[in-house]
Amino acid sequence: MDQHPNENIISEVTNKEYEYGFVTDIETDFVPKGLNEDIIRLISKKKEEPEWLLEFRLKAFRHWQTLKQPNWAHLDLPEIDYQDIIYYAAPRKRQEKQSLDEVDPELLATFDKLGISLDEQKKLSGVAVDAVMDSTSVKTTFQETLSKHGVIFMSFSEAVKQHPDLVKKYLGKVVPYTDNFFAALNSAVFSDGSFCYIPKGVRCPLELSTYFRINAANTGQFERTLIVADEGAYVSYMEGCTAPQRDENQLHAAIVEIIAETDAEVKYSTVQNWYPGDKDGKGGVYNLVTKRGLCRGDRSKISWTQVETGSAITWKYPGCVLLGDNSVGEFYSVAVTNNYQQADTGTKMIHLGKNTRSTIISKGISAGHSQNGYRGLVRVAAKAENARNYSQCDSLLLGDQCGAHTWPYVECGNDSSILEHEATTSKISEDQLFYCQQRGIPTEKAIGLIVNGYAKDVLNKLPMEFAVEAQKLLSITLEGSVG
Amino acid sequence: MLLNIKNLHVSIGGKEILKGLNLGVNAGEVHAIMGPNGTGKSTLAAAITGRDGYEITEGEIWYKGKNIVGMSPEDRANEGIFLSFQYPVEIPGVSIQNFMRTAVNSKREYQGLAPMSTIEFMKLMKEKQAMVEITEKLQNRFVNVGYSGGEKKKNEIFQMAMLEPSLAILDETDSGLDIDALRIVAHGVNQLHNAENAFVVITHYQRLLDYIVPDFVHVMYDGRIVKTGGKNLALELEEKGYEWIKEL
Ligand SMILES: Nc1ncnc2c1ncn2[C@@H]1O[C@H](COP(=O)(O)OP(=O)(O)OP(=O)(O)O)[C@@H](O)[C@H]1O
Ligand SMILES: [Mg+2]
Repeated sequence: MDQHPNENIISEVTNKEYEYGFVTDIETDFVPKGLNEDIIRLISKKKEEPEWLLEFRLKAFRHWQTLKQPNWAHLDLPEIDYQDIIYYAAPRKRQEKQSLDEVDPELLATFDKLGISLDEQKKLSGVAVDAVMDSTSVKTTFQETLSKHGVIFMSFSEAVKQHPDLVKKYLGKVVPYTDNFFAALNSAVFSDGSFCYIPKGVRCPLELSTYFRINAANTGQFERTLIVADEGAYVSYMEGCTAPQRDENQLHAAIVEIIAETDAEVKYSTVQNWYPGDKDGKGGVYNLVTKRGLCRGDRSKISWTQVETGSAITWKYPGCVLLGDNSVGEFYSVAVTNNYQQADTGTKMIHLGKNTRSTIISKGISAGHSQNGYRGLVRVAAKAENARNYSQCDSLLLGDQCGAHTWPYVECGNDSSILEHEATTSKISEDQLFYCQQRGIPTEKAIGLIVNGYAKDVLNKLPMEFAVEAQKLLSITLEGSVG
Repeated sequence: MLLNIKNLHVSIGGKEILKGLNLGVNAGEVHAIMGPNGTGKSTLAAAITGRDGYEITEGEIWYKGKNIVGMSPEDRANEGIFLSFQYPVEIPGVSIQNFMRTAVNSKREYQGLAPMSTIEFMKLMKEKQAMVEITEKLQNRFVNVGYSGGEKKKNEIFQMAMLEPSLAILDETDSGLDIDALRIVAHGVNQLHNAENAFVVITHYQRLLDYIVPDFVHVMYDGRIVKTGGKNLALELEEKGYEWIKEL
C-alpha cells in the first residue's frame, strides 16, 4: 500500500495525507503477544544479553507492575491493554549482516523511500545514520570514520556486546526505571536504539542521527538511546521517525538519556513525525516518552530542540538536570497539533549547581479540534546560587475549535536566582493572511509561511539537514486547517 | 478597458459603505482618488482586491474582460492586481526575501511556469531594490517588522516593482514620507509605468501629484465618486478644501 507514489516535491507538499503511511512487506520475527517475565526473558535471550541486563529488565518489570498509568496530563489517553501488544518484532535476518550488500534490499528500499539513504556513497556527507526498524537496528553508516576518532555510535544491542562496561556504567543513571510508569515499561522491554559515546576532548566529526520506523502491526516500539559526551567532547545528534498509517493505535514508549561531563556539550534535535491518526482522530501513535539530560560536569551544556508534528497523543518533557556548576540547559520546542491530535509537552530544568543557566522557548500551534499544552517545571535547589532561567511560551491558535494551554511550574529554593517567564497567546491574524494573499500567495501557503515565521527562533536551532524538512512538515501538518 | 467598475455597492457588517460607485481605468492611465476621511477610498481598494468581509451587494468589477467579483484575492493578485497598503502588515520571522520569493513563485505557478532560479531571483531583487534605493540586505529583515512608517511604504513600492502588476492601487503611499522618500517612491512608480499598466493613486495631498502626474482626478464622497476632472482639480481641492464638494 504505497501512499506516495509521486516523487514531485510540489505535490508532496500539497498532499494532505500523511505521506509515510506505507507498510513494507517484510519477513518479521515476533515474540508472542503479551507481557510477563517469560516474555522478558525471551526478548533478552533473542538479543543474547548478559545476565546483568536481564536482571535490570526484570527489576524494572516488577516495579512497573506496582504502578498505574499516569493520568495527570491534559490528555484523553485511554486505558491501554498492555497484554494486547507485541513487545518485540524484528525484520528477519538472512544471516549476520556484515556489509550493506547483506542487508535485505526491501529494508534498504524502505529507508530510501523515507529519504534516508543507507548507502554511504549516496548519503549526504557529514551525517552518520543508525536506522532502526521496529525493534532492531538495521544498519549504522560511517562506522569507519567515526571509529578513527574514537567515537562509538552503534545500535544499543551492539553496544551491550561490544562495550558492556560503558553501557552498564551509564544505563538508567539519568532516567532510572523507577522514574515513571512508561520509563519502567521501557526499561523492562526496550528493544533497540542507539548508543553514542564521544571520548574526552573529541569534537564528533559528523552529525549523528537515528531514524526510527515502526513497521509491524500491533507492536509497540520501545527504543532506548544513550548519549555520553566525555570531558570536553561535543556532539550534535538528530532523531527522526515515522510509522505506517493504521486504524489501531500504536504505542511508542522510548527513553533517551544524555550525560555531559565537564566542559562537554550535546545538542539533541528531533523531528517527531509519527503517524498522527486520520482527520477524525482514528488511529495514530501514542508517543509517551521520557527524555532527560544530565549536565554532570562543570560548564557542561545540553540543548534539546524538538519539532513535534506527529502522533495522536504526545506526552513528553525533555529536561535537564544541571548538576555541574556553570552548566547550561536549553529547550527549544515547536509543537503542532491538528485535527484530533493531543499534545502535553514541555520541559523540566532542575538547577542544582551554582551559576547554572537554562533557557526555554516553546511555541505551540493548534488547529482543528486539537489540544496543545505546554507543561514546564523550573526548580532551583537551595544550593543553586545565582541560577538563571528564561522561559518564553507562546501559543498560536488557528480556528476556534482547538485548545492551547500552559502550565508553567516554578519551585525556587534560592533567593539569588533570577527567573523570567513570558507567555503570549495569539491567533493568526486576518490582516496577515490577506496581506499574503494580496501578494498572490494562496491561503495554505500563507499559513505555512506565517507559522514558520512564528516558529523561526526554534527552527533556527535545528541542524541544516533538519530545518528544511521541519519547515515542510509544519506546512503539511496544518493543511486544511483554515477555511 | 483594464478596470471597469459599475454601480458598486459594498457593505461591511451590514453597513453600506460604497453606494453605487462607477470607475473606468484604461491601460496606460494614472488615476488619482481624493476625498475626505472615511468616505470609502480604502474600502474601494479592498473590494477590488477581494478582501473577506467586504460584501458586494450590487454591481460589477470588470478587470481584463472578466467580472472578478467572487474571485479569490490571490488569483486577483496573480492576475496582476497589486495593492500598496495604507497600513502594511508585520509578519514576524518571515524575511522580506523569503516573502517575495514565495510571492514571485506563486505567481509563476499560477501562470504554469517553473519556480525562478535562486540566481535569477537574487538578480531581480538587486535590480528592484536599486530602483527604490533600498540598500540593506533583505534576507535578514522581517516583513515590515521594526520599520518606520516611511520605510514600510518604500517597501510596498519595492514589492510592487518585484511583482510588476497591471493594475496598482496605491493607498496613501505618500502619507508619512519625507521629501526624499516621496521622490524615490514617485520615481519608482514612473519607471514602472507604461502603456500596458495603470495606477490608481489614493492620496490626500496634491504634492504627490506633482511627481506622479494623473490623467484624471476623482473626488469621493459618501461612497461615490462625485466629481472627476484633470490634474487641476487636485489644485482646486488643495485650495478650497472639501466643503464645496459636499454640496454637489
Ligand atoms: N472593517 C470595518 N468595519 C466597520 N466599518 C468599517 C470597516 N472598514 C471601514 N469601515 C468604515 O467604512 C467607512 C469608510 O472607510 P475607509 O477606510 O474606506 O475610508 P477612507 O476613505 O479610506 O478614509 P481615510 O482617508 O481616513 O483612509 C468608514 O466610516 C469606516 O469607519
Ligand atoms: Mg483609507
